[in-house]
Amino acid sequence: MPEPVMPKSDRRETLVVALAAGILLIVLPLLNLLPAEDSWLHLSDFRLNQFGKFLCFAILALGLDLIWGYCGVLSLGQGVFFGFGAYCMGMYLSLQIGSESVYGSELPDFMVWTQVKELPLFWYPFKSFVGGFLGAILVPVLFATIFGFLAFRSRIKGVYFAIITQALAFAAWLVFNRNETRLGGTNGLTDFKQALGFRLTDPATQRGLYILTVLALCAAYLLCRWIVASRAGKVLIAIRDSEQRVTFSGYTPWVYKLFVFVVAAGLAGLSGLLYVPQVGIITPAQIGVLPSLEVVIWVAVGGRGTLIGAVLGAVAVNYGRSVLTNYFPEAWPFILGGLFVVVVTLFPDGLVGILRKLFARKDEASAPGPTETGPAAPSPTAPRPGGAVT
Amino acid sequence: MTTDNLILKCENVVMDYDGFKALNNCNFSVQYNELRVVIGPNGAGKTTLLDVICGKTHPTSGTIRFGKNTNLVGKNAEDITKLGVGRKFQAPSIYGNLSVWQNLDLSLKRASKGVFPTLMGRSTPAERERIGETLETIGLSADVHTRAGSLSHGQKQWLEIGMVILQDPSLLLVDEPVAGMSDTETEQTGRLLQSLAEKHAIVVIEHDMDFVRQIARIVTVLAEGTVICEGTVEQVQADNHVREIYLGRAKVAH
Repeated sequence: MPEPVMPKSDRRETLVVALAAGILLIVLPLLNLLPAEDSWLHLSDFRLNQFGKFLCFAILALGLDLIWGYCGVLSLGQGVFFGFGAYCMGMYLSLQIGSESVYGSELPDFMVWTQVKELPLFWYPFKSFVGGFLGAILVPVLFATIFGFLAFRSRIKGVYFAIITQALAFAAWLVFNRNETRLGGTNGLTDFKQALGFRLTDPATQRGLYILTVLALCAAYLLCRWIVASRAGKVLIAIRDSEQRVTFSGYTPWVYKLFVFVVAAGLAGLSGLLYVPQVGIITPAQIGVLPSLEVVIWVAVGGRGTLIGAVLGAVAVNYGRSVLTNYFPEAWPFILGGLFVVVVTLFPDGLVGILRKLFARKDEASAPGPTETGPAAPSPTAPRPGGAVT
Repeated sequence: MTTDNLILKCENVVMDYDGFKALNNCNFSVQYNELRVVIGPNGAGKTTLLDVICGKTHPTSGTIRFGKNTNLVGKNAEDITKLGVGRKFQAPSIYGNLSVWQNLDLSLKRASKGVFPTLMGRSTPAERERIGETLETIGLSADVHTRAGSLSHGQKQWLEIGMVILQDPSLLLVDEPVAGMSDTETEQTGRLLQSLAEKHAIVVIEHDMDFVRQIARIVTVLAEGTVICEGTVEQVQADNHVREIYLGRAKVAH
């Protein structure tokens, strides 16, 4: 008996992803580099950098899609893990400013004006790039492990889990806003100059960061795809469909939820890590309740439960925002909210769902019957209870 | 150690929900390779009995012996499943967004069901063979790739039975398998359960008396949380106490 073969839609997804990765990785940087600046083909430094930011968000969205789209556990606190990653990197970048700072002190500016005389101890690991890099991944991962362990082991589910993660986002926002936290308070961390000797204002550095982001997104996508395609990935979907059955098949659902929550947190940290040097600032406003909710909207718009959907949703919604806020800055929250309502009520499978339907119609005309892919015809003597369906 | 030939022995099991005793000193036992049907009016405690055996709920008091000397009381559902108790729920509980094959593949008994072995696991030819056999048994061979959510109600019930079989349980608990099925489907389900009873002990809860007559060898009547009568269908139907509290009421209800 052969294992079911890779469905056609999966192969198509591979093709689309490979194509998209090629465009993002090679075509866009070349369009930035080669054509003359006044050519219509030219992609400005600003646009490339903006794309880099969107792709960071796509990594964040992939994580949420794993836990929400596949496993059915809605986390409204992904912004917190993104923030941990971003702040860890931001702390490293802040310490790299050195004597270039406004006050010429070795301490970050905000410490000078809040009368902090010595670098707080928890800042020390971020003096090195390795500290900042590892911190950006490990802090969210460790935090998610502890938080997830407590929540999932206590069988906190559904809307209750959503609410406590939202409370977490709010609490984190409050903590990061305080000057006493020594993370720059409301103003956050900004005015970064360089990392590993590369000037952040140099277009070449930004191009490099963009390319790193594309590579990280590809890696994140492949990791998620590997998880989703494995048997454990099927367990995640099974938990969403019938957690009770999963329990009575000998699995321990909460451990799977914890695993995927931790992976999502790691991806969020990676996203924050790449975001900060490209955007140049991280403040508590980017990690609270609203940014966490926005991730949910991206995934819903793109199509939850499909990895492509998460990426597409993150890029499309953020691109839409950057365009529309130029024309109607006031209306954006209403557009975003409206979009969410329309998607949830009319297109529950999001953009990917719409695209799939279009392709499915084309497939139907040429597709072989379902039995052709089946393993073997049922033997004539075997009972065939399915024959008499009413 | 005991020497009787029982796979399951529930002794004085009490399930007390804030003063309401869903099970009240219930004594119930099943032999190896026995197909036992449990009947009883609504609220008699039938489903609760299955729940306390499989670990979905924990009884207030009493012991539940499984096999020679394992006490199931206090164990959690995953462990009880691994010991060899399979549970089929009343409403079909399958994974609607996975294919029939994937539903069965996840349910197959394996050495470890932890995250990392499951992440790395690939099915072996022997495992695929097993799943193929089970597909034949439950009559879904032609639907391997079908999304389980789009199966008919009856097929979903068979799929779940198949999923439970693949866990290699020595005791199968089946809750109202034919509710909502057509007559033909009901009959086919009966045959399926009878063929399974050659290898497993099965406890079936059922309301449909025609179905009970088709499959039952020994029937246990449950009322108000205790066993009031046990015997063949004829014996049970002839019992005055049973007529009074169960069949009588059922007649009125019809």
